[in-house]
Amino acid sequence: MTSGPDNIEQQSPEQTPSSEAAPSPLVAALQREHPEWVGEVIVAFGETTIVVPRENIVDACLFLKTSPETRFDFLSDICGVDRGVEEEPRFEVNYHLFSTTKYHRVRLKVVLNEEDTHVPSVTGIWRTANWHERETFDLFGVIFDGHPDLRRILLPDDWQGHALRKDFPLRGYEPYSLK
Amino acid sequence: MGLENVIAEALPEVLTTRLDSLINWARKSSLWPATFGLACCAIEMMNATSSRNDLARFGSEVFRASPRQADVMIVSGRVSRKMAPVLRRIYDQMPEPKWVISMGACATSGGVFDNYAIVQGVDKIVPVDVYIPGCPPRPEMLIHAVMMLQDKVSKESVRDRRDIPEEEAREAVVPGTLPITDGSTAQQDTLPESRPYTIASRHERRRST
Repeated sequence: MTSGPDNIEQQSPEQTPSSEAAPSPLVAALQREHPEWVGEVIVAFGETTIVVPRENIVDACLFLKTSPETRFDFLSDICGVDRGVEEEPRFEVNYHLFSTTKYHRVRLKVVLNEEDTHVPSVTGIWRTANWHERETFDLFGVIFDGHPDLRRILLPDDWQGHALRKDFPLRGYEPYSLK
Repeated sequence: MGLENVIAEALPEVLTTRLDSLINWARKSSLWPATFGLACCAIEMMNATSSRNDLARFGSEVFRASPRQADVMIVSGRVSRKMAPVLRRIYDQMPEPKWVISMGACATSGGVFDNYAIVQGVDKIVPVDVYIPGCPPRPEMLIHAVMMLQDKVSKESVRDRRDIPEEEAREAVVPGTLPITDGSTAQQDTLPESRPYTIASRHERRRST
């Protein structure tokens, strides 16, 4: 999602991938306004990732969308990550934002424990988040609080389990048969 | 030597045959497929009807979008578990008699997709008549499968009904309505397959007289 032509240009030799690189202006703006929203900031391959606490994700998204410095008016993607059964925290939810006017991108990251996979929904900010969040719920079991219609979207409605979790068996729990 | 020859001599304008032969000839000469293109095999299926391969030569070119008008369902591609009930429903909507061609490795066995999302062979959902290997099969292989299915159709009997137990199918035909279902004519089935062609055609009889 974030491998557009602009990112290829940014991989010039003077901008070597490093987590020590200077934060981009949008991160600076976010840190200046709401320092408690910004956890870790990772800059790698010309891409900026901001780890946001779970309870601040909606506020941070709304700020990034409405602030005149950032103007992230387009939610490219929401995707889940299962880091592994033994990892703690186990799950991630990544928000890929893009600004069609400023033409820049950022990635927000929320990390989740296995016991509590609840995230506030951002459907109130970008309506396209509706299906992205349904997909993440369907395949990873992340529950988006406040989602208007949190149903499965890819797998059948009567499916057992969440297929992209690392502990989901490759062939499913039972062989297929028509009921 | 039989009744056919007596009739052929007495009434030269009358052509006698077995009802099964006549009906099967009609059925196999216009097998209308219900297209069920699910993946890349569907591209080869479309190509089979193109001018280069011309499936129309064998009376099977009219792909119907409605299952009500179709005789054979060509399942071309991998069947996901979510698509499986849909596919079964389409099959149930097709009128009897109906046949199924499983096109390609995925429809036949799941292919390389040995995972939770793909049904491991469409024969877990519907009865399959002809399997085609290949990934994807060439259009010639699909045409060959259609011709194999035509052979199979020509050997069937109007008494045969699928999806119904055999005893039920026999009872469904009222005795006497179909002469061929009579037990006496069943003995003639033991005659060689080439039997109908040993009777001179009307053109040949005219030429000889």
